[in-house]
Amino acid sequence: MSGLDGRWLATFVPVAVLLALWHVAVVTSGSLIFPTPWQVVVGLVDLARQGLLLKHVVASLFRVTYGYLLAAALAIPVGMLMGRFATAHALLNPLVQGLRPISPIAWIPLAILWFGVGDLSPIFLIFLSSFFPMVVGTAAGVMTIDRKLIRAASNFEFTGFQLFRSVVLPAALPQIVTGMRIGLGVAWLVVVAAEMIAVNSGLGYLIIDSRNAGNRYDLVVAGMVAIGVIGFLLDTLMRKLERLDEVRWRYET
Amino acid sequence: MRPKIEVRGIAKTFPTRSGPLPVLDGISFSVADGEFVAVIGPSGCGKSTLLGVLAGFERPDRGEVRVDGEPVREPKRTGIYIFQQPALFPWLDLEGNLVFGLNGASPEERRRLVAHYIALVGLEGFEHTFPHQLSGGMQQRAELARVLMVKPEILYMDEPFGSLDALTRLRMRAELLRILSRERHTVLLVTHDVEEALHLADRVLVLSPRPARIQTVVDVTLPRPRQLSSPDLLALKASLLKELGVAESTGDAS
Repeated sequence: MSGLDGRWLATFVPVAVLLALWHVAVVTSGSLIFPTPWQVVVGLVDLARQGLLLKHVVASLFRVTYGYLLAAALAIPVGMLMGRFATAHALLNPLVQGLRPISPIAWIPLAILWFGVGDLSPIFLIFLSSFFPMVVGTAAGVMTIDRKLIRAASNFEFTGFQLFRSVVLPAALPQIVTGMRIGLGVAWLVVVAAEMIAVNSGLGYLIIDSRNAGNRYDLVVAGMVAIGVIGFLLDTLMRKLERLDEVRWRYET
Repeated sequence: MRPKIEVRGIAKTFPTRSGPLPVLDGISFSVADGEFVAVIGPSGCGKSTLLGVLAGFERPDRGEVRVDGEPVREPKRTGIYIFQQPALFPWLDLEGNLVFGLNGASPEERRRLVAHYIALVGLEGFEHTFPHQLSGGMQQRAELARVLMVKPEILYMDEPFGSLDALTRLRMRAELLRILSRERHTVLLVTHDVEEALHLADRVLVLSPRPARIQTVVDVTLPRPRQLSSPDLLALKASLLKELGVAESTGDAS
């Protein structure tokens, strides 16, 4: 058995066992509303046929993209300032550490108060959720730069922006990318929750609406499957970023 | 002739939790252009601090350092500091590291310089290798090449071979001597290895335990290339070890 076959088998067997147990459990319990795996597949196909799946996926991805990019645009520069300047760190770190443990879900009432019902509320929540991992990762990346690299560059008379661009940024990049990966993961978790409350599209809305409008648990689980698959694809994309030459050096000894 | 480096009354104290810690206490000496001066002393005596002050990375509390008559205020590319652990940029390959310090050179000039210095340190074929793929000795040679690329007048070497194994250390010394025989540099070498100092230097400054003062200056007039086993060198080594308070029978000072 080759290594590749082994890996496929290792992925396939637990999934198959889970699906089988699921099916047996539904059938033996005689549940009328909880779907079997096959009913979920049928539900997914239905959603896809009606164009609803694509519509909700695009709606969710659109919100994540906006909120996440806004967060990255602010978190990376702020994290760099915090990592580079002790004063910035002293001023901002208590705020970051104080706000970070508050679940973005807890912000939902405030988001609705400030931004009303519509796209802005979930975008704000996604912004919040992905901002903190990125700011913390970036600050840590800059703070842990090997001092002798900075010294070596300043010995070659690198200062200011040149030092920043040639040493600080590339040295911190691996941890910035890790922060971005975690941030995207959290953003994807939060968009679903946000969409259950403030809007009428997106995968979160699909799930809550399928339940409310007639206990369509086949569509609830279909929505969950879609969330899982897309989340996995996003993470795979970010992992690819971690394999770039500019980033990989950090993970090799 | 004006000395290349003049050190006048350098003193430095570090604040610590248990109170101020005087590290350097009135150090004065000068170094002629092209001279190779080794600084030895017991570990923790402030050798590296002294070198950091000379290179402009740290400011002394008192005294001043002049290079070519100009007071040193910040690190300059005319005097490059070489660390015990190579400070190559891990995200750049060797070529990228070598050209890092160059500015304003044309692409052809860069290529020529890279080829020249890669060959000088014996790393041909490793231009596109990343630092983590090289051994410690190869990294230190690459570091040396990167430093030489900018044609510094002074090399500040802080136990540059300290982290290498004994055999590689010997080879690196030979390489350094070979390179210096082709390109004249003023060198300040901090080391705790008496033999290394005697092998390489024209003059050895012996520092006292902290706070460091200059305890003794030894001119090494032995002809080059030096034989580590020559009676004259061994006699000098014995007297230096005695100066450092180490009797030779209790082991070597390295």
